[in-house]
Amino acid sequence: MSSGFGDVLRGEKRAIAGTLNLLEEGGSSCFQRNKELIDKLSRNARSGRHVVGITGPPGVGKSTLVSRLVREYRSRGKTVGVIAVDASSKRSGGALLGDRARIAHDPDDEGLFIRSMATGSHMGGLAWRTRHCLTVFEAVYDIIIIETVGVGQSETEIDQVADTVAFIAQPGSGDVLQFIKAGIMEIPHVIVVNKSDQKALAARAKSDLMVAKAYSQSVLEGWELKIVMTSALEGWGQKELVDILEGHLEFLTERSMLEKLRRQNRIEWVSALFKKRFGDFGLEVLGGEENVRSLIERSDILNPLESVDMLAEKVLRSKDLNHGQFW
Amino acid sequence: MTGSVNHPKDQPWLMRTYSGYASAKESNLLYRTNLAKGQTGLSIAFDLPTQMAYDSDDILSRGEVGKLGVPVRTIEDMETLFDQIPIEKMNTSMTINAPAAWLLALYIATARKQGADISSLRGTSQNDILKEYLSRGTYIFPPKASIRLISELIIYTVNQIPQWNPINICSYHLQEAGATPIQELAFTLANAICILDTVKESGHVGKEQFPDVVGRISFFLNAGIRFVEELCKVRVFTMMWDRICKERYGVEDPKLRRFRYGVQVNSLGLTAQQPENNIARIIYEFLGVVLSKSARARSVQLPAWNEALGLPRKWDQQWSLRLQQIMAFETDLLEYEDIFKGSEVIAKKEKELEEGAEAEMDKIQEMGGVIPALESGYMKQQLVESSTERVRQIESGERVSVGVNKFVEGEPSPLTSGGVEGAIQTVDDSVETEQIEILESFRHRRDNDKVAFALDHLKESVNTGKNIVEISIECANAGVTTGEWGCAMRELFGEYRAPTGVGMIAGSKSQTAEAQKVNERVKRLSKMLGRNLKILLGKPGLDGHSNGAEQIAVKARDVGMEVVYEGIRLTPRQIAESAMQEGVHVVGLSILSGSHTNLIPEVMRKMEERGIGNIPVILGGIIPQNDIPGMYSAGIKKVYTPRDFDLNKIMMEVTDVVAEANNIKM
Repeated sequence: MSSGFGDVLRGEKRAIAGTLNLLEEGGSSCFQRNKELIDKLSRNARSGRHVVGITGPPGVGKSTLVSRLVREYRSRGKTVGVIAVDASSKRSGGALLGDRARIAHDPDDEGLFIRSMATGSHMGGLAWRTRHCLTVFEAVYDIIIIETVGVGQSETEIDQVADTVAFIAQPGSGDVLQFIKAGIMEIPHVIVVNKSDQKALAARAKSDLMVAKAYSQSVLEGWELKIVMTSALEGWGQKELVDILEGHLEFLTERSMLEKLRRQNRIEWVSALFKKRFGDFGLEVLGGEENVRSLIERSDILNPLESVDMLAEKVLRSKDLNHGQFW
Repeated sequence: MTGSVNHPKDQPWLMRTYSGYASAKESNLLYRTNLAKGQTGLSIAFDLPTQMAYDSDDILSRGEVGKLGVPVRTIEDMETLFDQIPIEKMNTSMTINAPAAWLLALYIATARKQGADISSLRGTSQNDILKEYLSRGTYIFPPKASIRLISELIIYTVNQIPQWNPINICSYHLQEAGATPIQELAFTLANAICILDTVKESGHVGKEQFPDVVGRISFFLNAGIRFVEELCKVRVFTMMWDRICKERYGVEDPKLRRFRYGVQVNSLGLTAQQPENNIARIIYEFLGVVLSKSARARSVQLPAWNEALGLPRKWDQQWSLRLQQIMAFETDLLEYEDIFKGSEVIAKKEKELEEGAEAEMDKIQEMGGVIPALESGYMKQQLVESSTERVRQIESGERVSVGVNKFVEGEPSPLTSGGVEGAIQTVDDSVETEQIEILESFRHRRDNDKVAFALDHLKESVNTGKNIVEISIECANAGVTTGEWGCAMRELFGEYRAPTGVGMIAGSKSQTAEAQKVNERVKRLSKMLGRNLKILLGKPGLDGHSNGAEQIAVKARDVGMEVVYEGIRLTPRQIAESAMQEGVHVVGLSILSGSHTNLIPEVMRKMEERGIGNIPVILGGIIPQNDIPGMYSAGIKKVYTPRDFDLNKIMMEVTDVVAEANNIKM
């Protein structure tokens, strides 16, 4: 790294960008380096940080809303990092990362950093290395906003990455039922009815969405799913939304759920890394999913790359390599 | 002898040349010369800062002042522009959109100073901000505010200047952005409906007056090289508009239902290769809009043969004017009734276009109308998709472009034998400094208290719903500048960034062998780089013609690159910052306005400052041959002009540039 780690922590953008470049690099030669980087970054995560996930189908105005959120947070004196994820083409591997163009950003604002990422072949609404990159943001910014691809279906990974998830819908979308079916409604802590400048439709959408409350899993944690109306275009509703988002973080903190949640998220990360590397085969070799999970839980979970390295060692040293039951 | 019994020869259309450059003084001279040559109307081109409501000394105006049209910042500039030209006798077309109300206010204030009777003024404000979101990009405010501005200008002129055409709804730019004839018909008519509905609902126009409003709506069309289809298109426009006026707005008088349109024939298909061939293209395109008596253009402006090379000179414009005069006065065209009446072939094509357009309009209505269809990016996406298809056809040779992808061998042209540079108009960079001086001197001489009062009044009145043109005239007289007016409106309405349409384009279904080769190379290079090849694409400066940049973005994605598409109107500082934050391997810039000589060195400097001077930069756009060496010495790695239509080749070279910058041998 050309610039020092201290520069990253001080929020020097060039150093941040450089670190992100490194973390996005693949190949075994990079693994050791990235492991060390993530170790340092994780140990320097800001204690007051808040990771907010923004998800929802295409065309609901996610980027414009993110733009409003950024401004609202900045006006409250918070520094903000944005990770905007877009889909890659399966065949060519290319991607159009168009969100940046829609998020108003002042190049001289030292407290704002936006990075676009492509999913690659990864499913679940995020890029494979979103979590890697998130560690950089967590060490630097107060608020980290992750905007998911927004394909709707199967976009549930954000739940394992963010502290708080906002689902964006729009009036007249009329497909609450579809969302419920797709299991998306189980995830969010707040549902945002954007484009609520279309008043009659918005009221209708809101009442439809009340149904969704029944499917919310956050009720189990004692959090009541909130519904908020915004118009990113006309610029209202974002204050209330940020209040709710902050309220949720407070809620998690007060009930000492935040650390538990984040620990859980890191376990999911290791598990995902392990499955990607070794698949079902790996799970079997190490005695099944339960077993692997308990191994992870006992490892130094602060650095998921270290944990997965530990698991990898175990797999590779195993003498039972041929006893998989897959065949 | 006349061609048809008892048919008196028709009046020809209004002949215009779109012009204006450098300064109000020089443009005034040009107008006076053109009027003396028999030109019958004025068509004013404003420079980009005027179109975006910035003053000449605004940071965003840098390099753009006087480049693509005349800079008009104050009432004094407008007075200079019309010095010794009697506004009362003129028919003036103003190509102005987002600040249309302001420029009309300056025009009216100037006319009053000349002693003109305002109610007798004739002319046109383009005032079609909706199409700016889809093409051309010179919008400022969000769609709803734009609709309000549009409708207030309409309401003002209908009441005060009844012969003024308060809006020129454009399909022109939609075609340039890639629209098929069906999309042109559907989007244009849907826009017209959206605007008329707004005026109707505003309650500022009486019920008995509304048919007159409908009658004042005019259109601005494009005519492409497939002139038979284009001919049918204008006929269908005429028929559909008649029906909409009758059925939707209950207009009884057939005269008020006439589809009145002006035309500028297509510049998009004009080529930099063998540019003299463009004269033939211009004439064929011209045929489509004048041949049908029942759907003939009311005014025509023809581009110049050398537009793909740079700004046309006076002589080039004269040549285009002569083409029109020969058609109108030498040929027998105007002696006949409609010559296609009863043609089955034409009728069949008309039906096909009409049905297609109706289906598309229904789709937009289902989305809730034009505004939601704009905001969601649907309309833009449709255009980018059509444009992508067009580029693909040229690449594959399915669409022939003589001298470009077929019959490319040729004799050296005597027209450009003195080098291309001798064959275009250039604008001296000193214009900008002069304009800033003129503006500063004006600011010194005016009464600043009056200005502040007028601006306060403007903001207050807009909030209370008073007519914007009315108050803007007060501002013009008080000495408010274009930039000050723009700033006040930005405060009131906010600024908007429209969907680029690019992100939603599906990948092409099939990949040509060439594209596949590039794709494989990108994948290989990405592996060697350690992560996927990432490119930032954007347009610095005020020019919003983004079609080229969009096509490059789609292509780069299709050959496997990760494309950060930044869109339009970026400052050099923004580009440098984004390239750095995004960690891209290469930056691609597109500039069509001629401001590359100022903007490029500035971008390179900013990148250096941000510590990313090592990231290679490529440039595309209308870059005159003589400027290219300067671009290379500023540090640009590759320069592409309209001659470079082979996008696969461009992409291949991008990989070379990235490999070289990273010391990778492929």
